[in-house]
Amino acid sequence: MSKLNLLTKGIIMDNPTFVLVLGMCPTLATTTSAINGLGMGLATTFVLALSNIAISLVAKQVPDKVRIPVYIVVIAAFVTILQLLMQAFTPGLYATLGIFIPLIVVNCIVLGRAEAYASKNSVIDSALDGIGIGLGFCLSLMTIGLIRELLGSASIFGMKLIDGDGILAFVLAPGAFIVLGYLMVLFNKVKSKMY
Amino acid sequence: MAKESSLKNMVSTLFIVCLVSSTLLGGVYAITKEPIEAAAIAKTNSSISQVVPSFDNDPSSEVFTKELEGNIYKVYPAKKGGEIVGYAIETFSTNGFAGRIVIMVGFNPDGTIFNTSVLSHSETPGLGDKMVEGKSNFSVQFKGKNPADFKMSVKKDGGDVDAITASTITSRAFCGALESAYKVYQLCVEAPTNKVNSNE
Repeated sequence: MSKLNLLTKGIIMDNPTFVLVLGMCPTLATTTSAINGLGMGLATTFVLALSNIAISLVAKQVPDKVRIPVYIVVIAAFVTILQLLMQAFTPGLYATLGIFIPLIVVNCIVLGRAEAYASKNSVIDSALDGIGIGLGFCLSLMTIGLIRELLGSASIFGMKLIDGDGILAFVLAPGAFIVLGYLMVLFNKVKSKMY
Repeated sequence: MAKESSLKNMVSTLFIVCLVSSTLLGGVYAITKEPIEAAAIAKTNSSISQVVPSFDNDPSSEVFTKELEGNIYKVYPAKKGGEIVGYAIETFSTNGFAGRIVIMVGFNPDGTIFNTSVLSHSETPGLGDKMVEGKSNFSVQFKGKNPADFKMSVKKDGGDVDAITASTITSRAFCGALESAYKVYQLCVEAPTNKVNSNE
């Protein structure tokens, strides 16, 4: 697989949200606005890229039976670093994303890529894979957030488009499922036409 | 591929991985400790300056506490030329729709509310979070009102407050927090010089 392909496969072919359907908890919970979705996506991308690099570096030295604990320690360390950095330098974003930052540890995309890709491939390929999948996750979350914000609060990236309220259900939990479902249908239709 | 597992290499691998991770974490913690504290103080200070008239002292360093109904409230006195120009009281309610709501309420020396500022909450975006200043006109109605003659409960409950549409629970919690802030304010007026609370 070419290097460019590694970067772009996460966006369509192996899109973590619409094709692999991984990491649904942060997908549904943090996409109340485009900014929140983008923030969560970038945070996950950061952890994915770094944990993929670290794991591909140590994978050959790690005994088979303790590989999962080792991966989890590595991922948890990066998430905590991210959490501290966000708390220090972007307190506003940290306040909105709140508990979902520590929950990146248990996001199955991160552990999934570590086990399925980073442990078997070179450092550079793993880094690109992490960034690619992260990018796909980021774009998906931002799209869901954008649609929910547009319908639910009648604004885009925090800018009010019209005065008044949107359709409240889209900001609440049911809206997340509805938007995700329709996007998934649309996505798979477009994907099946492309290949 | 991965190495054969033996007790020795499993224990040593986990030990080394944990050691490296915790060293790294310790380092990052040490680096970010000060910016995190500074960010928290900056947030408190900016909300204080929003809710009281202009002052020239440092309210965060003169903070004192008051006890009301078993809870401890932080009071930040704002002074200008040594004279008290207002009290910023950090109040809260646990009756929010989604947990604890923390609000900074500023009182003028005569007991009227100067302004309010929500410090933290987990209310529903688009519904309950309209209590945050700037998101709707809800918080504006409290400016300049004196809780002594302004009934601090929503109209549905016989009070004077216009509730946020579809967020009566949040509105009630907001009023409750303001009500306790007013009681704390009254304690402050009774004993303004009391710097340290007896319970501390």
